[in-house]
Amino acid sequence: MSEIKKITTPLTDDVIDSLQTGDRVEITGVIYTARDAAHKRLVENYEATGELPFDLKGQIIYYVGPCPAKPGQAMGPCGPTTSFRMDAYTPAVLGLGLKGMIGKGQRSKDVVDAMIKHKAVYFAAIGGAAAIISKSVKKAEIVAYEDLGPEAIYKIEVENFPCIVVTDAKGNDLYVTGPQKYAR
Amino acid sequence: MKEIHVDKIVDAVEELCLTAAYDLGKDVEDCIIASKEKEESDFGKYIFDQILENIRYSREERLALCQDTGAAVFFIELGQDVHIVGGSLKDAINEGVRRGYKNGYLRKSMVIDPVFNRKNTGDNTPAIIHIDVVPGDKLKIILMPKGGGSENMGRLAMLKPSDGLAGVKKFIVDTVKIAGGNPCPPVVVGVGIGGTMEMTTLLAKKALGRKLGEPNPNPQYAQLEKELLEEINNTGIGPQGLGGRITALAVHIEYFPAHITGLPVAVNLNCHASRHAEVVL
Repeated sequence: MSEIKKITTPLTDDVIDSLQTGDRVEITGVIYTARDAAHKRLVENYEATGELPFDLKGQIIYYVGPCPAKPGQAMGPCGPTTSFRMDAYTPAVLGLGLKGMIGKGQRSKDVVDAMIKHKAVYFAAIGGAAAIISKSVKKAEIVAYEDLGPEAIYKIEVENFPCIVVTDAKGNDLYVTGPQKYAR
Repeated sequence: MKEIHVDKIVDAVEELCLTAAYDLGKDVEDCIIASKEKEESDFGKYIFDQILENIRYSREERLALCQDTGAAVFFIELGQDVHIVGGSLKDAINEGVRRGYKNGYLRKSMVIDPVFNRKNTGDNTPAIIHIDVVPGDKLKIILMPKGGGSENMGRLAMLKPSDGLAGVKKFIVDTVKIAGGNPCPPVVVGVGIGGTMEMTTLLAKKALGRKLGEPNPNPQYAQLEKELLEEINNTGIGPQGLGGRITALAVHIEYFPAHITGLPVAVNLNCHASRHAEVVL
């Protein structure tokens, strides 16, 4: 495995160029959470009003619906959810300036094509490691769609959030190349 | 006739919700530890380490292992000599879920209507309750909280009898391949074979509740479980779908006689956080 690369948000094109499939990274800075219902509303609202609940440029969206925080926690357990459910909305969101996504599972061809076009990167966090991931979250506040409960958009500050680059901005995909190495 | 008051059921269910969410069964943890030894990929080993650290941290800190604390799926074995007093059994189970998910800081994941009103019910009810009446004067409550990521990758096939064993095996292995990294491998593969359409899916779900790695008592099915596990682990999907030797921790099959025309097969996948907790009242 490669050395861990420390990266900070927002993502610059230089950082994105330096990331390759199979790199381990630790992310520090502000990221935003959004999953199914938030994506649907974000894209539909933008088409209707031209407005976004936060500036997407250079940002990372984390596909997560956390547990409620216990006293003393910034955020409850918060592992990644399956990304393909967001695929229908992702090309539009990448077109609005999004540069990174954190989730789990393979993306559609449309998403990978849009990632290449807009120069973006897709990270995997470890699904089911939610309790230890919550240790990386230092602050969390709801910025939109509070009525969606666990699906609301949170602005969160993370420190050394461990992720793996699964699909880089050239479209190389560890979900394809990884299993090929071990298939018998 | 033994009487059980619903208040006792509410308290027991509340406690089960917490136990299942925070404290992964020793059978599952032991199987994860044993599987890690067989993992060949560096990423795979790293992922196993993270999973094991998460299991220990959740248990110590009393935190949910996974943020998807699931739909609350119950299997109830109600002794026919038990008389439930003070209210309804289903209401009591739902009240226990309501309290457990609130007091335990667990995520509420149920929406009111699947199509027309996807607003969260706010308390993780309704629970999904399967009740079986059995001999005796005990009430056994089994909770298997089920996460959506793995649940979404399940499949059902109404195969023809001529599809035979080869057709059954292909359908099961294909289901795991299609699922790839989505259901958080290493997975537990629950399989139902036979019965009718609804029965085979229920068998697949029940299969997930068996003590992990314990083979089917029927030697033919035990052998089939072994062969399927090997074939699934030869796909190379690996932990989290990033490539590796261990795609599944176990394959559990439950079967039932079938109609002369049919060979139904259902696959219900579970993630590595294969949660179950039970109590007998």
